[in-house]
Amino acid sequence: MSSIIQQLINGVILGSVYALLALGYTMVYGIIKLINFAHGDVYMLGAYFGYFFIRVMHLNFFIALILSMAICSVLGMLIEFIAYRPLRHSPRIAVLISALGVSFFLQNGMSYLYGSDKRAFPQAIETTQYHFGALQISNIQIIIVTTAVALMILLHLIVKRTKMGRAMRAVSADEEAAILMGINVSRTISFTFAIGSALAAAGGVLIGLYYNNIDPLMGMTPGIKAFVAAVLGGIGIIPGAALGGWLIGILETMAQAVGLSNYKDAIVYAILIIILLLKPTGILGKNKREKV
Amino acid sequence: MAEELLKVDNLSVNYGAIKAVRGVSFSVNSGEIVTLIGANGAGKSTILRTISGLEKVADGIISFEHQILNRMPSERRVRSGIVHVPEGRRVFPGMSVQENLQLGAFTISGKSQNNAAYEAVYEHFPILKDRRNQDAATLSGGEQQMLAIGRALMAKPKIILLDEPSMGLAPLYIQKIFDIIQNIRDTGVTVLVIEQNANQALKIADRGYVIEGGKITATGTGEELLASADVRQAYLGG
Repeated sequence: MSSIIQQLINGVILGSVYALLALGYTMVYGIIKLINFAHGDVYMLGAYFGYFFIRVMHLNFFIALILSMAICSVLGMLIEFIAYRPLRHSPRIAVLISALGVSFFLQNGMSYLYGSDKRAFPQAIETTQYHFGALQISNIQIIIVTTAVALMILLHLIVKRTKMGRAMRAVSADEEAAILMGINVSRTISFTFAIGSALAAAGGVLIGLYYNNIDPLMGMTPGIKAFVAAVLGGIGIIPGAALGGWLIGILETMAQAVGLSNYKDAIVYAILIIILLLKPTGILGKNKREKV
Repeated sequence: MAEELLKVDNLSVNYGAIKAVRGVSFSVNSGEIVTLIGANGAGKSTILRTISGLEKVADGIISFEHQILNRMPSERRVRSGIVHVPEGRRVFPGMSVQENLQLGAFTISGKSQNNAAYEAVYEHFPILKDRRNQDAATLSGGEQQMLAIGRALMAKPKIILLDEPSMGLAPLYIQKIFDIIQNIRDTGVTVLVIEQNANQALKIADRGYVIEGGKITATGTGEELLASADVRQAYLGG
């Protein structure tokens, strides 16, 4: 029993990182209907910037986290500006392919510049284990969950309470009507990429701290899992992404706990297929109805 | 004579190979209610959409307060006082009535100004005040139309462009909407309205233009057009 609870805890930790990534997928999808395949690679870049600020600049972990988020938010806007904006009025498949191109570019660019080997992420915070009976949890795990939850609350406040957040929701609900309100759609899309990329960067730095190593391809699998999480929760729906992220994290660790380590990814995708067959719009997805 | 606010001069608009609007000229003076009437597909909506910047001008000039708009981005047109209430209301689903109104005031900065604007909108539409925290998608068609107009008023328009405001509404609401249009004009906002319900529109309009196949085929005061045999036959059911 206690090992199940232990795995549940581990699942929540991993799920927090998936959730941070899934939020970016879902926000971008909500606003421009693009599956941003380069999103996982922004997470990778975030980890590398974290590495740079901690190892080379010797900065405090949280300062490194914030700086990495800030830089990646600018990079996210740049990616949108260079690779997606010129294709805004092209068929969606064109933008999707452009996103794949950006993904390969970032992965291979980083391999070329810094080598494809794994590097050890600095132990910026010394690990302490806390024991509660048979359960154990580390300070690093606590930092990951609290940072992720704090960022989600911040995101919620931005989306619900600020003018840019309202603009984001308006553009994602009805772009043309948003234009008629005097909302600058391009600026709103840039803002969405900035926020999503900052969250991905945070996920990258946190996972670096957790797993202690990073490499240029580290974004691929979590990127796909986070995308699955976003779809599972209901793509375009922000709370759905968080829910989906945690669910996938828990499923994955549970699969490992019952000795199905080799099948953990298969189980995650099988669950995705089952849920989508039962509810194609995802767990929190609504079937759209229009009132006349 | 009142001052000319909006001028459309020899405007043409294309949708791909289709010429939707062909050389249309008309003007709207400050304080007027002007209506464009015509059958479905005559190009009325396209004209409004081009004025608010959703469609590109193929040829001709649109000017507002003697400033040429042709290449101005939509959001700057809103800031300069042109606010468009689109066909089908297009309220934001999943957002409350209050949030929809807040979005209407997107270009306006300053909370106190907005509070006054809310009060003005709620005065026009008391029902919206009762429903302020309700999801806009749950409103009836007539209430959504009121919200769409209220949302436009939040932007402090000089001219409001109304695209088929009475479409799909119950008769009770149709009358209400036309009353409201007159009230809005009385508060100093100029109105350009397009309608299939030509009879009602001409009754409240100072002037009207008849659009057919992307061209203007008749013009006159609301009364003149109501009395015109051609117009009666084509749009008012004889």
